[in-house]
Amino acid sequence: MDFIHSILIQPFLDMADAPDFLIQVLWEGIVSGVLYALIALGFVLIFKSSRIFNFAQGIMVVFAALTLVGLHQKGIPAWLALPMTLGVMLLLAIAIERVVLRPLVNQPDIILFMATIGITLFLIGLGETIFGGENKRMITEELGIPTDSYIFEPFGGLVMIEQRDITAVVGAVVLVVCLLLFLNKSKMGRAIRALGDDHQAALSVGISLSTIWVLVWFIAGMIALATGIVWGARAGVSFALEVIALKALPVLMLGGLESVSGAIIGGLMIGILEKLFEIYWGQPLLGGNTESWFAYMLALVVLLFRPQGLFGERIIERV
Amino acid sequence: MTTASTEPVSQPGDAILSVNNIEVIYDHVILVLKGVSLSVPRGGITALLGANGAGKTTTLKAISNLLHAERGEVTKGTIVFKGEEVQALSPNELVRRGCIQVMEGRHCFGHLSVEDNLLTGAFTRRDGKAAIRDDLELVYQYFPRLKVRRTSQAGYTSGGEQQMVAIGRALMSRPKMILLDEPSMGLAPQLVEEIFEIVKKLNEEQGVSFLLAEQNTNIALRYAKYGYILESGRVVLDGDAQSLRENEDVKEFYLGVGGEGRKSFRDVKHYKRRKRWLA
Repeated sequence: MDFIHSILIQPFLDMADAPDFLIQVLWEGIVSGVLYALIALGFVLIFKSSRIFNFAQGIMVVFAALTLVGLHQKGIPAWLALPMTLGVMLLLAIAIERVVLRPLVNQPDIILFMATIGITLFLIGLGETIFGGENKRMITEELGIPTDSYIFEPFGGLVMIEQRDITAVVGAVVLVVCLLLFLNKSKMGRAIRALGDDHQAALSVGISLSTIWVLVWFIAGMIALATGIVWGARAGVSFALEVIALKALPVLMLGGLESVSGAIIGGLMIGILEKLFEIYWGQPLLGGNTESWFAYMLALVVLLFRPQGLFGERIIERV
Repeated sequence: MTTASTEPVSQPGDAILSVNNIEVIYDHVILVLKGVSLSVPRGGITALLGANGAGKTTTLKAISNLLHAERGEVTKGTIVFKGEEVQALSPNELVRRGCIQVMEGRHCFGHLSVEDNLLTGAFTRRDGKAAIRDDLELVYQYFPRLKVRRTSQAGYTSGGEQQMVAIGRALMSRPKMILLDEPSMGLAPQLVEEIFEIVKKLNEEQGVSFLLAEQNTNIALRYAKYGYILESGRVVLDGDAQSLRENEDVKEFYLGVGGEGRKSFRDVKHYKRRKRWLA
């Protein structure tokens, strides 16, 4: 009885007891959720347009952040380092298309997947060689991101919200809206969606694969840079960042590999749920540190009941 | 030209497309086309006939160069479109030059709306949004039904509508030549007739040339002016539609209206093929 009470009732009593703390937890959840969503978005875009499961998305986050910080360390002002990093990501996209994707076109999916592991290893080596492997500080102030925090006092409690987190959330929302507009309204976006639907048909109407691939990998690179800046601002820039990319996997299972909105909602869900679970169930009942596995458990449960993910594209079947 | 050519290549002066003795190999080992030659006159409708596996689709894909995506390649011969050799060009470049394929089985973009599907056909165009809008209206004139369904997801439209989407999408690229693969597949006879009527109208009004791969010999020969019959990767017979319709062998093997009473199909087929075509 006690046990059931502590699982089903006590946590909610705790939440009601300290609403300010609940708000704080939710906010933390939203912020990490946004980051998971961004990483998952990079995966989704590349998967949709080329059926490649891009294992390198995580390292692209690190590589982008590292390039930005590294360029700044070499004496380039932040306002210039940012567009230069974008340029590097564009070059990277072109190089990947020319050297990896084009020669491997028509190969089985698993070979392309292996190739992205190759890209991962290559980028780790390249990043370390050029910029060094030590932990670096993100150039948050230099980029003009505010670092103060707001303190609210709702319900007589205390909620602290850091301005850089607000910037991150707002920035992510703007990025996603732009991306959705691009995908749904522009000619190139339409071509990306078409390619995701039917490869052969896209070729037959003259959609150029290489153009679209470069574009998609560049967009994934931009998203990686945004993610890298935000995450780097919280945790510093190091190769350890790559593990957060693994968190995108349960997000993808939850949201479906092909759905942009699924990636966003899945990311937010995992971010919020894992924080809530950690604070109200994990710490009192399981001794804490549940954040490292909760997302995977959740994904496993979802996989059992909805293998295409919660928001996976419905397979249209006409009889 | 390669030295391996076994017959003189006919190349009428006003051909928009001529295929000269091509060989196609899949996966480096499987020889599918064994020297196919054909030509399509400017503004003509030409039919490419034959049974399953005869090589019709492969011929079309060799021309549009979609073969490459299936690990096939043209190993011999040339393909000349509007006076230029095109066998090394990408599909993208070919569409830009006015030669587009409508694939067998429609291949619409299922999750895109009908209108978005049509607009993807304009990918290679550089002449501005207004011109593309105009052409969209033009496509809707030929296929009024698509205008009604413009916002529905193409995956949920009927087979006939999907075929219209596929043809309309090709039209959006302003083609000079459409390679149309099995437009009748899986459609009710009435709809087949409708689709072919539109093909004829497009041919007459827009001046689009067609190379038409069909198993439905009957209807193809009614709309085409000239026909080639493929068998096991070779052209075994060609002629204008009228003479093909009256040819005894074609009647027997493809139109199913064979001459003198019932006979054992097996005997006749082997005898005649060997004697007349493969000798």
